[in-house]
Amino acid sequence: MPLLWALRDLLGLTGTKYGCGIAQCGACTVHLNGEAIRSCVTKVSRAVGGQVTTIEGLSPNNDHPLQRAWIELNVPQCGYCQSGQLMAAAVLLRENPHPTDQDIDDALSGNLCRCGTYSRIRQAIHKAARLQQEGGGL
Amino acid sequence: MKALIGLGLVLTAAVVAPSGVPTPPRPTKDSATSVKAFMAVYKVLMSPRCMNCHPAGDNPLQGDDSHSHTMGVRRGPDGRGVYAMKCANCHQPENTPGLHTPPGNPKWRLPPADTPMVFQGRSPGELARQLLDPVRNGGRTKQQLYDHMAKDDLVGWGWHPGEGRTLPPLSRPAFAAQVKIWLDNGAYAPREFTKKSTN
Repeated sequence: MPLLWALRDLLGLTGTKYGCGIAQCGACTVHLNGEAIRSCVTKVSRAVGGQVTTIEGLSPNNDHPLQRAWIELNVPQCGYCQSGQLMAAAVLLRENPHPTDQDIDDALSGNLCRCGTYSRIRQAIHKAARLQQEGGGL
Repeated sequence: MKALIGLGLVLTAAVVAPSGVPTPPRPTKDSATSVKAFMAVYKVLMSPRCMNCHPAGDNPLQGDDSHSHTMGVRRGPDGRGVYAMKCANCHQPENTPGLHTPPGNPKWRLPPADTPMVFQGRSPGELARQLLDPVRNGGRTKQQLYDHMAKDDLVGWGWHPGEGRTLPPLSRPAFAAQVKIWLDNGAYAPREFTKKSTN
C-alpha cells in the first residue's frame, strides 16, 4: 500500500493530496525522516520505523514561518497543491535558511501548481526566511 | 614434424623458468583485441540506461531519447539531488510498477559533482582514457573498475530497468566479458582520427 493511502484512508490525515500517482506533481509530498518524499509511490513498508510528518504536523498551531507567510501573502488559489508546496519548502528552509530565487526553483520545481501561484510561493518563502531569521523558529 | 617439435620446445620454454619452477604466463597485450572489446563496451556505456546517469551537465537525463530530467532535477554536491528534490524522494529502492513511473534502486544517484564521470558526448578514446584515470573515475583501480561494471547493483539496474525502457545492446555477462577482454589486453584507448580539411 502506498504511504499516501495509509495517511489519508487509514489515519484520516487528508491534508496530503493525491495528484498524479506517479511522483510527477508533488501534491502528495510529506516528510519521511526529514526528507520530502512522494507518498504516492512510497510503500508503507519503507516508512516502518521512520518518522513521518504531514502538513498536519508541520507546526503545532499553524505557526510555522512558512504557514504564517503563506497566510499573510494569500498564496493559495484553489489550494490543492499547497500542502505539498509547504512540505517541500520546509526542507529547503531547513537546509538553506537564506535561499535565492534559483534555490527556490531548484527545490520546488517538482511541485506543480495548476493555478500558477509560483510567484507568490517564491515571495512567501523569502518572507518565511526573514521570519525564521527574526526568531520565528521552525 | 620438426616444426611441431620446435614449437613445443618454444612453448615449454615460455612457461618453465631455468630453475624448473613454472612461471605464470605473461599477460597478453593485444591492442587490436583490447580496442575491439572497448568498442563493444562503449556501445553499452552510451546506451540510455548507462549514459542517462552520466550526463555532461548538472541535470540527469531521462528516457530512451536521453532528454533532460523533467522538474529541473539537479545533481547536488553528492549526486543525490538538492533540498526537496533529492533522488530518493521519488526513486524507491525498487522500480515503481507501470509506465512513466520512477525507476528505482537503493543507491539511486548520479556521480558526485567533483567527479561527474561524464559519458555524454565523449568519444570512444576520450571515454576509455577517462575510465582509466583514477582522478576522473572515482579513484578506481582497473580491478575496481571491472567490479563496478560487472558487479555493482546500481549499474546492474540497467539490465532491469522496468517497463518502457530499452535494454543495453549487450547482456550484463557479455558486457562484463568485453570489459575484461579490454582490460586484460592492455586497456587500450581507441585512437581518435580527426578529419583533415580539404580546403
